[in-house]
Amino acid sequence: MSVRSTLPLASVGAQGPHPDPPPRGEGNPVDADLVARRARAVRRRRYMVYGLRVLFAVVWIGSWQVTTQLGWVDPFFFGMPSRIVARLWEWVTQGTALGPLWLQVAVTMEETVLGFIVGGTLGVAVGILLGRIHLLAEVLSPYIKAANSIPRVVLGALFAISLGLDIKSKVATASILVFFVVFFNAFQGVREVDRNLIANARILGADERRLTTEIIIPSALSWILASLHISFGLALVGAVVGELFGATAGVGELIYNADHLFDADGVFAGMLLLAAVAIVAESLITALENRLIKWRPNQVSGGIPI
Amino acid sequence: MAGPAIELRGVTKRFATPKGGIYTALHDLTMEVAPGEFCAVVGPTGCGKSTTLALISGLERASAGEVAVMGKPVDGIPDGIGYVFQTDAVFPWKTVLENVAAGPRYHGASTSNARARARDWIVRVGLAGFEDRYPYQLSGGMRKRVSLAQSLINGPRILLMDEPFSALDVQTRTLMENELLTLWSSTSASVVFVTHDLEEAIALADRVFLLTAGPGTVKGTYEVDLPRPRNVAEIRFQPRFTEIYEAIWSQLRDEVLVSYERQKHAAAG
Repeated sequence: MSVRSTLPLASVGAQGPHPDPPPRGEGNPVDADLVARRARAVRRRRYMVYGLRVLFAVVWIGSWQVTTQLGWVDPFFFGMPSRIVARLWEWVTQGTALGPLWLQVAVTMEETVLGFIVGGTLGVAVGILLGRIHLLAEVLSPYIKAANSIPRVVLGALFAISLGLDIKSKVATASILVFFVVFFNAFQGVREVDRNLIANARILGADERRLTTEIIIPSALSWILASLHISFGLALVGAVVGELFGATAGVGELIYNADHLFDADGVFAGMLLLAAVAIVAESLITALENRLIKWRPNQVSGGIPI
Repeated sequence: MAGPAIELRGVTKRFATPKGGIYTALHDLTMEVAPGEFCAVVGPTGCGKSTTLALISGLERASAGEVAVMGKPVDGIPDGIGYVFQTDAVFPWKTVLENVAAGPRYHGASTSNARARARDWIVRVGLAGFEDRYPYQLSGGMRKRVSLAQSLINGPRILLMDEPFSALDVQTRTLMENELLTLWSSTSASVVFVTHDLEEAIALADRVFLLTAGPGTVKGTYEVDLPRPRNVAEIRFQPRFTEIYEAIWSQLRDEVLVSYERQKHAAAG
């Protein structure tokens, strides 16, 4: 993946005091040797990074385990890694108080994905519409700014009252969080379209519809896709917050239950589950992004691998 | 002979500035371009050269005066116009083939027909084998070739070019200038070629319009009676070339100085 393609570049540059030799013919043994040496250096560095990552996790989790085990830190409030793993294992093997674990994950995922799709679609559509129709954007802009400035998670409480305790209120909370992020990006993306490209397309004979589908949308796509990375996480937040406001199933409800039983390990176990879900979703979105904008030399995900 | 291909009569163009003022780019400009004629427009920085093209293409409207293309007043983008922009205006998300095929497709050709014609034009601008590349994979000169093919495939009767080669290195530039002349000679299009480079203007054009420092208006028109076909790289050594160059430069120099003084004042606040 892109992680591998960018790392070598960075580390070649970081190799320091090896100035490039003067150009020689191809197949020169000195060149071949140099290439092999560089490849080895790149590989060494990559292993070192992976190694340091593992070391970081060991130190962090190990110190947590040791300090709680020795009683320096109260595991009642802060949990203990071994107990968190045990709680997860218990959930996997014996199910949770709310039923089987996969069902809780599936419920939360369903709410998240639906909220993501609804909020994302509306965000893109409204963003493009307002980006194209300047008058509409000018008229609505103070209202949008006002709506954006309120902490929208509290709407979850409202939805729990108006839409009930089933999936609808969670989807609504998730989609309202997603909507604003995607909307602002789509809007900005449409506004940032290169004037020259629009002029060129018009000269070549594009009508308004073609202009939108062939110039505006592809151009705004990199903005929109960038926003999807953040907004899937927000959809998850929306779904979980919705569950905290009242639900009968889901990972959020699991965390809520654990919280009420003063079960810090349960809360951490729930968080771990959510993190796993988010990482999987993130890699799916990156794959989608790389597919959709293969025309771009440097893809968004090509940055420093974290 | 039919009327002029392009006619600007007493054209003034004003823009509103962000600070609420009014900036006059062109003032009372009058020029005519005959069918099939290659015209160059030179002038100092900020004299409204590009604005002239924007008016002819219908991308901008004149504040006063008349603009007509093929005898018809310009209202929207006229038929048969091609425009090669100064900066890259090829679509980065389309391959070379799709970029060149865009024009015919926008004019209602079927995809297969548009692609067949695009392939033909890609060969003619020397990009055979690069059909499936994206613009970021091409050099600046190759992207210009895509732009040329993209414009010429529509069979324009008027080709507007806004400093198209100014971003290229000198060797690539000479190469592209020669190719432009070859491509143009096989069409019957009128060309309006905007440039700040007087040598380029004389080497390419039949006629050179010299604009004054902004607000621009025509200061003089110069016939370039050098024989065709021309080789841009060599024509500069002809004595006649030097004569024409000196004649125009003696006039252009004053305008450049005026423009420079103004920029200094603007920078000094």
